Amino acid sequence: MLRYALKRLLSLVISLAVASVVIFMVIEVAPGDPAQFMLGLNAQPDTVAALRAELGLDLPKWQRYLSWAGGMMTGDFGMSYTYRTPVSQMIADRMWVSLPLALYALTLSTLIAFPAGIFAAAHRGGPGDVAVMGATQLGVAIPNFWFAMMLVLVFAINLRWFSAGGFPGWDGGVWAGLKALTLPAIAQALPQAAILARVMRSALLDVLGEDFIRTARAKGLSRRQALWRHGVRNALIPVLTIIGLQFAFLLAGAIIIEQVFYLPGLGRLIFQAISSRDLIVVESVVMLLVFAVIVVNFTVDLAYAAVDPRLRNRT
Amino acid sequence: MSLLSIENLSLSIHGTNILRDVSLRIEPGEIHAVTGESGSGKSMTAFTVMQLLPNGAKASGRVMLGGDDVLQADEARMCSLRGARVGMVFQEPMTALNPVKTIGDQVAETILIHGAMPRDAAYARAREVLQRVGLPEDRFPLSRYPHELSGGQRQRVVIAIAIALQPDLLIADEPTTALDVTTQAQILDLLKRLVSEDDMGMLMITHDLAVVADMAHRITVMRHGEVVETGPTAELLRNRRHPYTRMLFEASTHQVNLPPLPPPAPLLEARDVRRSYRLPRTRLLEAPGEFEAVRGVSFTLNAGERLGLVGESGCGKSTLTRAILGLEPLQGGEILLNGAPIRAQGREADAIRRSMQVVFQDPFGSFNPRHRVNRLITEPFHLLPDPPRGAAREAAISEALHAVGLSPDDARKYIHEFSGGQRQRIAIARALIIKPDLILFDEAVSALDVSVRAQILDLLADLCAQYGLAYLFISHDLSVVRSVTDRVMVMQAGEIVEEGITEEVFSNPQHPYTRALIAAAPVLDLEGAA
Amino acid sequence: MRGRRNLIAGAMLSAVFVLAALVSFVWTPHDHTTMNIPAKLRLPDSAHWLGTDHFGRDLFSMIMVGARTSIAVALVAVGIGMGLGVPLGLAAAARKGRWIDEFIMRGNDLIFAFPSLVIAILITAVFGAGAVNAIIAIGIFNIPVFARITRGAALSLWERDFILAARVAGKSAARISVEHILPNVGNLLIVQGTIQFSLGILAEAGLSYVGLGAQPPTPSWGRMLADAQTLVSIAPHLALVPGMAIITTVLGLNLLGDGLRDWLDPRLRVART
Repeated sequence: MLRYALKRLLSLVISLAVASVVIFMVIEVAPGDPAQFMLGLNAQPDTVAALRAELGLDLPKWQRYLSWAGGMMTGDFGMSYTYRTPVSQMIADRMWVSLPLALYALTLSTLIAFPAGIFAAAHRGGPGDVAVMGATQLGVAIPNFWFAMMLVLVFAINLRWFSAGGFPGWDGGVWAGLKALTLPAIAQALPQAAILARVMRSALLDVLGEDFIRTARAKGLSRRQALWRHGVRNALIPVLTIIGLQFAFLLAGAIIIEQVFYLPGLGRLIFQAISSRDLIVVESVVMLLVFAVIVVNFTVDLAYAAVDPRLRNRT
Repeated sequence: MSLLSIENLSLSIHGTNILRDVSLRIEPGEIHAVTGESGSGKSMTAFTVMQLLPNGAKASGRVMLGGDDVLQADEARMCSLRGARVGMVFQEPMTALNPVKTIGDQVAETILIHGAMPRDAAYARAREVLQRVGLPEDRFPLSRYPHELSGGQRQRVVIAIAIALQPDLLIADEPTTALDVTTQAQILDLLKRLVSEDDMGMLMITHDLAVVADMAHRITVMRHGEVVETGPTAELLRNRRHPYTRMLFEASTHQVNLPPLPPPAPLLEARDVRRSYRLPRTRLLEAPGEFEAVRGVSFTLNAGERLGLVGESGCGKSTLTRAILGLEPLQGGEILLNGAPIRAQGREADAIRRSMQVVFQDPFGSFNPRHRVNRLITEPFHLLPDPPRGAAREAAISEALHAVGLSPDDARKYIHEFSGGQRQRIAIARALIIKPDLILFDEAVSALDVSVRAQILDLLADLCAQYGLAYLFISHDLSVVRSVTDRVMVMQAGEIVEEGITEEVFSNPQHPYTRALIAAAPVLDLEGAA
Repeated sequence: MRGRRNLIAGAMLSAVFVLAALVSFVWTPHDHTTMNIPAKLRLPDSAHWLGTDHFGRDLFSMIMVGARTSIAVALVAVGIGMGLGVPLGLAAAARKGRWIDEFIMRGNDLIFAFPSLVIAILITAVFGAGAVNAIIAIGIFNIPVFARITRGAALSLWERDFILAARVAGKSAARISVEHILPNVGNLLIVQGTIQFSLGILAEAGLSYVGLGAQPPTPSWGRMLADAQTLVSIAPHLALVPGMAIITTVLGLNLLGDGLRDWLDPRLRVART
């Protein structure tokens, strides 16, 4: 088990290293000089040069990569070109919106998808199954940002249960914060829940066709008991993979949803940064998202081993 | 009152008739074997007793389990019967256990689900039962997972699950078909012992007539969903009243007439062949271990000779077969075909390999489902520098199909239009089409029903006579190897432990492993019974 | 039975939108760029079948022309994914466990760590926004999807005896991959292609919605929704119309994919993410 974890950890570190190089290189090809951009077109060449030196832009590429990557490891993401404040500070503020939103949406999605998927599998071919599958078919087809607009229209504009957007901050209390994130979380969660429910159902149906389910039935377990005691845990293995992918998707997808609800999260930050060519912020936020995806995949790998004993003593 | 009495059972699934008017009874302490070829409905009879039938199944008649008619019992009643009054053992031990639960949990579940005893007592009982089936706790703690056990050990766990509550009736559906012969003998002994100790009745489903003759008190022979003949074992073996029964038993003991051997001239030579695999690292910093699948094998196969290779799963015979086919790199030694090394490169390799072809076990997986027969069987033409075209190609296809007893019209069909036996004929046609000197038969008749198997074996003998064919016959089935080979090699743990004239090896085995193999293999002795 | 119904319904819905896109090249009820401020925010009527937007442009015409963008972006993205992913998957399976397999699969994992939205952001940050960038971003993300399912299906085929028979017949791994493996993964690729196509349409809509996709004057459903956002309380049909267009198209493609799967081979393992 320990060796399995160590091996996954090693692959995590390598992935991070490669991803950081890729991101750095992509940003490097970006046309335009940040210093020039910051100072405007009429700036004196020597002022620009001075700023380049100040920002470290005159150093060789590999040195700049090392100081960027090394800095990130200690939590120093550098200075924003436009705001002249530490990028880490800007990101930290926004993280407190984006991360809770993604977790909230993931929780909702799982809470909806598991019962729906298990119910559909248990009643395969019945009216309940057909209804759940029909609903998921529709859910998969709905763009979450459009769904978000509809939620705003109904629950914020017409019913006035929620505000149409904005975020009061966590200082106003956990409930106020959660309330502001509820519509965005639902908007993101439902389409994801539709996918997850379909995966849960088909994984469970696969497992229910296995020989050991028949063994369980031969012991005297009812269909339902066999499903819960022997089916669900085995079905979790493919489901976990999808949950991992979905978290990544939710975190990145928050960028779009935040636009609908005017939430001050990473998405808003990245769009401001793109329009002001604040590339160091773009670079850092992208790296952070990729970091989150890789860490989630690592966690999913560990979760596999918890679910499946066959993985525990494998290399 | 009988333990189990099936009266006039008919079964249809989605309108297709599976069983018609099946009747049989089982008394306490009796082993009743139901046998027949695939499609006979023998397994469905067992599943009807358990009421574990696929959706769309409709049964009529009476199936009395003690005082309960299981065809009338509701699902709740069936749940209380299954596992408690009737236990079941399945064919495939590798998949019959839940991979994510310990064996202790899985055995104890039978006891707990019926509320037979409190948790502690249930686990104590699980421990006892596992001990009884030959898995003592000091070597097989309850915390083991199925993947940590061998096939035979897993089958013991499945048996433990079935007998944990000492049911009146045990149903065993091909319980040893997936096991090696020595393991099979142990499992059959175990089942026999449990039946007599607990005075259980046992309904045993098997296609293997030798096992049937060895185990059963009564035999029921089925075909196409109907009972053909039933009776006490000794009587049925002696009389074999129904022609189908007679055919079935004769096919099982079928002997072919091999043509005489030509004077010896080496065709295939293996010299000190070694093949090892790297094992995954077990410790982070140590060098990975090696597994030697083939450890210095040497033999010679002469032109026109029929050589057998027997051994149990994992003995290295598959690896050796692939090495001979040139599909595996060797770590030592060499394999020569007509004096040239088979691992040569490029066109040169093609020239060597075209004198050797292969027929695999699985009649379903051996063909690309998207190609027609004419394309399938001409694939070996790839080995020829100048493959026949046009009329010559058509003629070659017709000849090959004709040689294996098929019609030239079959060339335009797809593979799914053929039965298992016909597919093996097509596989042989594919091997024959470039007129090789040697064919490897890799478990080529193992997946076939006995009657079909007998026909294919006859075909082999015919081809030997017609083409002077030599073959290497790789199989786990001792009786088949005995019938179709001149000489045999016995392989164990990567080495050839015994080699000799087939009849001599079988009648007077020298190596202890050969002796154990032959002793473990159930023999259908019709003369003895008569 | 149900599979057949899915297939027909899906094929019909998908056909409607492909047809709309094709017809838009030669005819639309109105010119989709013509503004007519006096006729702005009209509800559907006989002149404007789906109403007009805040500039008085005809929504029906815009939807027809927008279908072009959606279909073009998604189609090319699927093409990129298949064109690169399938050969990579075949190669990885043919050389299972060797360095090339490792290399391809680790590369796949790496791309999977970059959600298509993130790729789009990176590209946009460097080259600016545009439909081509959306295509590249979605296409890159499709590569590992196709590589993975191709490799998975090919690996199990490589275990089959008919591949051994082909090897015994002296055929090379490349030749076997093309002659034996590819035709047998074809069904899977068709079904997965349909699903990726529908995902591509969703992704394109999302990217254009946040301004990373097609730029004006190229019409796009996603941007129509972005324009509708501020007006949704006074003219909900501005959001409903393009939303329904996206939903029905994606729904149609998904039904088509499911129907194809049931029709071709119900046991196909399709990845849905």
